[in-house]
Amino acid sequence: MSEVHAQTVAYVRDTMLDQREPPLSQSGAYKWIHENLLSSWVNVVLTVASLWVIWAVLSHVVPWAALGIWSADSLAQCREIRDQIYGADASVACWAVIGERWNQLLFGFYPTELYWRPILAFVLFLVAIAPVLFASLPRKMLWFTLAAPFVLFWLIWGGAIWTPIVVALGFVIGWAVVTFAGPAIGALGGVVLAIVAPLLYWLLVAGPLADALATVLPIGLEPVKSNEIGGFMLATIIGVSGIILSLPLGIVLALGRQSDLFLINKCSVIFIEVIRGVPLIVWLFTASLLLNYFLPPGTNFDLMLRVIIMVTLFSSAYIAEVVRGGLAALPKGQYEAADALGLDYWKSMRLIILPQALKISIPGIVNTFIGLFKDTTLVVFIGLLDPIGLSNAIRASTQWNGIYWELFVFIGLCFFVFCFSMGRYSLFLEKKLRREHR
Amino acid sequence: MKKTVILGALTVAGLAAGAASAGTLDDVKARGKLNCGVSTGLTGFSAPDANGVWQGFDVAVCRAVAAAVLGDPMAVDFVPTTGQTRFTALASGEIDLLARNTTWTFSRDVDLKFEFVGVNYYDGQGFMVPKELGVSSAKELDGATVCIQTGTTTELNLADFFRVNNISYEPVPIETNAEAQQQYLAGACDVYTTDASGLAATRASFEAPGDHVILPEIISKEPLGPLVRHGDNEWGDIARWTLNALIAAEEYGVTSANIAELSAAPGNNPEINRLLGTEGELGAMLGLEADWAKKAIMANGNYGEVFEKTIGENTPIGLSRGLNAQWTEGGLLYSPPFR
Amino acid sequence: MTTMTDPPGQGFRLSQLIYDTRYRSLTIQVVAMVLLMLLFSWLVSNTIHNLQNLGKDFDFGFLTQPSGYDINQRLIEYNSQMTHGRAALVGILNTILVAFLGCALATVLGVVAGVLRLSNNWLVSRLMSVYVEGFRNVPLLLWIVLIFALMTESTPAPRAFRGDDATASMLFDAIAVTNRGVYTPAIHFGTPFFANGFFNWLVVILVLGASLYAIRRLHHWATERQEATGDRPTTWYFTLGLLILPTAILMVLMSAYLNLPELKGFNFGGGIHLRNSLIALWLALSLYTGAFIAEIVRGGILAVSKGQTEAAYALGLRPSTTMNLVILPQALRVIIPPLISQFLNLTKNSSLAIAVGYMDVRSTLGGITINQTGRELEGMLLLGLFYLVLSLLISGAMNIYNASVKLKER
Repeated sequence: MSEVHAQTVAYVRDTMLDQREPPLSQSGAYKWIHENLLSSWVNVVLTVASLWVIWAVLSHVVPWAALGIWSADSLAQCREIRDQIYGADASVACWAVIGERWNQLLFGFYPTELYWRPILAFVLFLVAIAPVLFASLPRKMLWFTLAAPFVLFWLIWGGAIWTPIVVALGFVIGWAVVTFAGPAIGALGGVVLAIVAPLLYWLLVAGPLADALATVLPIGLEPVKSNEIGGFMLATIIGVSGIILSLPLGIVLALGRQSDLFLINKCSVIFIEVIRGVPLIVWLFTASLLLNYFLPPGTNFDLMLRVIIMVTLFSSAYIAEVVRGGLAALPKGQYEAADALGLDYWKSMRLIILPQALKISIPGIVNTFIGLFKDTTLVVFIGLLDPIGLSNAIRASTQWNGIYWELFVFIGLCFFVFCFSMGRYSLFLEKKLRREHR
Repeated sequence: MKKTVILGALTVAGLAAGAASAGTLDDVKARGKLNCGVSTGLTGFSAPDANGVWQGFDVAVCRAVAAAVLGDPMAVDFVPTTGQTRFTALASGEIDLLARNTTWTFSRDVDLKFEFVGVNYYDGQGFMVPKELGVSSAKELDGATVCIQTGTTTELNLADFFRVNNISYEPVPIETNAEAQQQYLAGACDVYTTDASGLAATRASFEAPGDHVILPEIISKEPLGPLVRHGDNEWGDIARWTLNALIAAEEYGVTSANIAELSAAPGNNPEINRLLGTEGELGAMLGLEADWAKKAIMANGNYGEVFEKTIGENTPIGLSRGLNAQWTEGGLLYSPPFR
Repeated sequence: MTTMTDPPGQGFRLSQLIYDTRYRSLTIQVVAMVLLMLLFSWLVSNTIHNLQNLGKDFDFGFLTQPSGYDINQRLIEYNSQMTHGRAALVGILNTILVAFLGCALATVLGVVAGVLRLSNNWLVSRLMSVYVEGFRNVPLLLWIVLIFALMTESTPAPRAFRGDDATASMLFDAIAVTNRGVYTPAIHFGTPFFANGFFNWLVVILVLGASLYAIRRLHHWATERQEATGDRPTTWYFTLGLLILPTAILMVLMSAYLNLPELKGFNFGGGIHLRNSLIALWLALSLYTGAFIAEIVRGGILAVSKGQTEAAYALGLRPSTTMNLVILPQALRVIIPPLISQFLNLTKNSSLAIAVGYMDVRSTLGGITINQTGRELEGMLLLGLFYLVLSLLISGAMNIYNASVKLKER
């Protein structure tokens, strides 16, 4: 081809020019910098300002953190080492406190030789929650998810294995009542019986049964008391159990708020608004100062349980709003289709509406959890030793009296890592849901 | 549904606890543990060490009572309480004994319905200022900014002191001692006021303790002591006499070093014999074993030993005995006779 | 029931209460009602029993007793001889103050950060991401404590201003930034109209309000003129005059002067003292909530489709007009509902004030008062009620605003 052309049309170019490098202003680092940092004078100003901010922060923090002293027994020793190496007016961190007390910040006063239990519990928790969070996992795993609360409780608090089993049995009874007795006495009667029977069982049978089994077959782990639990473990337990326990209540409240029944509707609305209108710290003080007033005289159970109850009530109001959002986001056709199939209210909710609404709500629930997890730091005001409470306790020991930033930096970083990864997950899920809904 | 399990479990727990609230002593014995309220962290008085074991002057009282009642100084469940939650925790029965540097006042004793069983530390509210301010008396503090810990009697004393002396001040309330320390060191307040023991402990932790002076004025009486609920006098007696046993032991020269020897057989001091249970029936009168006081003293040593170990002059806190010396040495510690 | 069998055909049977959907809802509600009442009476009777056992009563009389403690920041007159009720009121005002300031600054920060996060300047948008993620993922309590400590560490103490070798100096000789707070000049009146300072300020505010209203009328008039004749009369000097003159005359009449802060004794005296506890709490609340608002704003702006901007440009609107008339009104609809809940969160979070010793209502009524009087039941009840009412008021007001910007469907 080229030969023919070369003879007929002399001025047509017969070879391609070599591709040239783009001009310097349009390529590589130069272009990137120009476009992203210096495209206009406003941007130049912003870039310079940003660089200044970054420099101002890093120039203080990096030397302080990087030169930190890791091996010392006390703050005084830290200061001696610093004087020797850097001179007396240098400002360096004393990370030795973290080195010595990290386990307290993570586990509280949980016995050191039993650390495997909370760690195993945490791993099992992740396994249990995985099928809920990632739809690609086998559905069979959900059975483990159902059993997990009891297993985790047993692992963390120890004691006879029979207590969680006996309590779990109550749910089995409830389920059996619905499945077997339900058809015989009608749906409503079944539901009522399914609530009453386990309650009676728990109140009257469960305690003696667990004791009897424990004496016959004493299998169990060494019991650990609630006041030995602290640090991030406490924050996680309160956060996780608060969210999980509040889910059923939250769903009920959300349904109540959507209900046509005047009284139920109003009660749900009042409950949700009252809980949401008052700060968590007031509820926590209520748990610590007032809950004992509301219960029968002489009743007494530990502060952690009271806090979990209060946090559960608190987060159920927030969960209710999230679930309500999920319910509202469902197309009306779904409700109508369920009606058209002749399903009654509970069946349509259970089989059609809630599975879809809850799926949409998962990111919101995860976000509520992040918020709650962060808010567990407020328990410091009622004397529970969460990470911040422990940092106060650690500073009260004679070795570490006077240390300040190191503990807060460590605690802040731990919270950040945890919450940030949860937040990323919920973002990922939101994007995925948005794709699926298109 | 899961809601109900909690409620169910609670009711069970509630019934179990409700049934057994006959007397605190029986409760503690049945439980095998003493629930003792302490501060969430106060240098020298109560703080967990690296192994999570609580240490300190107030903690020692708990351990002594546990040793007297249960025979094991480690049989204590420490319940950390804040300034705000401590009284409710005691009133509601969550704790059996509150040993949290709590000032014995009329209203707490009468109105809040508690019973102070004695004084384990005579304290008073003082002021600490940087030396460079050149202040030598609290009366010169007109217009000063004062850091105080909230939730204590300190606030009330401070308000009274400045009002009576007709000088103005700017209070900066702070939640914890650590924060107050940080604020004071940064110069955000001119003066730090709290109990004198706290001031000493705080100053000891500074890089340059010599740059700060504690002013001579002590503006309040702060008898700090353990307390129990109103109404259970048997339990109150146990706590009271355990504390007295520690104090008396020092007076009579009973120490953890010689207690084994002294308690092996009745000696020639009848007071010591009665104290250690080699003579008389004091233990039985309290509903405890005869050697209850011996166990209490063995837990951490006598009062003087506890003091030296936790807050004394050889510790970083370096408090001198002062008012807390035995009456024989010019202090206020005066145990009623064991008779 | 026998009397009910009169109607012929279908009589009312008891079983209808359960099986007939017309009556079932009624049955359920009645049962729920009864259960609820039982629960309540159980709780109340427990409380009465417990109070009796403790020898306490339920009495709000403590509110009239002298409080005995001092409060540093008081918007109304207060001293330790006044009552607990007065102390609670001081706390309430402090809560409202910090909540108001916080909401305002959080909105500004949030909008700036949200817009900057969409900036095409890589560095700025990354920096904003770091800000947003950093604040969203670390507990607020930690931020409050850290910011408070950071402020005391990084600013000079008042003693640094003293002497010939002072290491710190005042800005323009009028503003002193210290680690006890910021001291700014205050306006005092030499010949005030009223003895009570509050009324003087009320007069100033009223005059200022009247000026603003007059300016609004003026603009309205100018717009009408423009629509009628096509020419817009020049009004800027009228506007300026209306804005400044009446207030200035008033100031002269009351012989206003600036009261500058000056170093007296241990502290600065005179001027207005913005305490560090207020500033730290304010900053922490605003930065924390601002991070959430930034995300909301970003989401809101992204939710307005690009076609809207393009359409506006095609109509020949300028970028600023496009933003004001096209993008923002649409974005606002998406932004406002979550913004309301952020404002509520901020208000509720202000109860963490105790961490920096800011005397809000939680610290006065819910803190020291409860602690000194032992009236936790009454105190907590009042505290809860206050927050509830405040929350309802804020959400009510914001909902009205929301309704006014909502899409009007015809």
